[in-house]
Amino acid sequence: MFGTTMAASGGEFVAPGPNSFDFSKQALFHIGDTAVTKPMVQLVLGALVVFVFFYAAFRRATLVPGRLQFAGESAYGMVRNSIGRDIIGSHDFIKFVPYLVTLFFFILINNAFASIPGIQFPTFSRASMAYALAALSWLIYNGVGIKKHGLLGYLKLQSVPSGVSPVMYPLLVPLEFFSNILVRPVTLALRLFANMFAGHLLLILFSTGGLFLLEYGGIGYVAGPLAWVLAIAISFLELLVQFLQAYVFTLLNAMYISGALADEH
Amino acid sequence: MQNLIFLAEGSEPTEGGHAPENPLGFVPVEAALSLVVFGLLLFLIWKFVAPRFEQTFAERTQAIEGGIAAAESKQAEADARLAELEKQLADARHEAARIREEAREQGAQIVAEMRESAQAESSRIVEHGKTQIEAERQQAVTSLRAEVGALATGLAGRIVGESLEDEARQSRVVERFLADLEASNGTTSGSVN
Repeated sequence: MFGTTMAASGGEFVAPGPNSFDFSKQALFHIGDTAVTKPMVQLVLGALVVFVFFYAAFRRATLVPGRLQFAGESAYGMVRNSIGRDIIGSHDFIKFVPYLVTLFFFILINNAFASIPGIQFPTFSRASMAYALAALSWLIYNGVGIKKHGLLGYLKLQSVPSGVSPVMYPLLVPLEFFSNILVRPVTLALRLFANMFAGHLLLILFSTGGLFLLEYGGIGYVAGPLAWVLAIAISFLELLVQFLQAYVFTLLNAMYISGALADEH
Repeated sequence: MQNLIFLAEGSEPTEGGHAPENPLGFVPVEAALSLVVFGLLLFLIWKFVAPRFEQTFAERTQAIEGGIAAAESKQAEADARLAELEKQLADARHEAARIREEAREQGAQIVAEMRESAQAESSRIVEHGKTQIEAERQQAVTSLRAEVGALATGLAGRIVGESLEDEARQSRVVERFLADLEASNGTTSGSVN
């Protein structure tokens, strides 16, 4: 969007960049001193969509489900069984199911906003929002582990690998601690953020670039439409990435929780 | 709202000249909002959605298992009923065969009895006829004897020419004649018998 206006006015193509993700000068409205931007509204809208969907699905829950109830149960059951039960194990997975379900559908809807006409912006390409979810994940899996094993027991579980001679401990213990405790939230947040950010950037590039080429004329009459065709192809790829990132984020959460709950390995 | 928009426009120039923000930068408002919204959604789903789904799942499992158990007991009941009916049918067949056999024996017995009584009746009738004939014959013999006596005396009186009016004499003559006749007749009948 910014690219097109700039290209039209300046006559020279300006590639989309971080600017395209900066809404701080485009506040929709203000609450007190706080500027409310589009991604913030999307965040709330996403949560509403998720809850309304599930609420409508169970509102008239019967033993023989209707169409909507079946859809809701399938969605809930997918996360519950294929992520929760299969990863955490049937013993204690049930209390984490609400968290995993919320996580998965909240991220999924907010990612899908990138492809929904009229919104077309992935909420989690705002890194701070992804940071928050990753921080929460970190608190939860560590909290669960500490509650079960005690602080020292948990640190030992996460940092001291079993089946390795103690000679290696000075090397391995800091490494394990670093990878299991420090790096996990960072990779969680960055993976989600970067995928959404890059996908959206790519889409803007191909669509605004296509327009610029068309306006440029000459070979642009061929290259412009070609760029748009690619933009459509990338849109479909993005749909896959949106689902995959939500799935991976939730799956990793389940694995971290399962690791924290594990007995001595 | 008007104020808010005005505020937004007013704040713009102060930021306008800044370099574009770092996309990795931390924006506390957004992070806080993300946590709050996620927390609220988590609460709603924890409180309302998950229990309802779990309850429905549990009820469904129970309903299916209950249905299977009910069907099994119905099946067992039906099997028992069928076995009972088959047993009753076999009993009835047995009974029918027994009754038929009995009837056949009784029939044969009745026929034999009838035949026997008919035989007795016929021989009784034959016997009766015989005695009747014998009595009639006896009666005929008696009356014949009287008649023959009268005839013979009449005939003899006429032949002899002498009236045998005298009762005593007449009777004596007849008796003597009959005795003679009987004696000769007795020898002949004795030889016949």
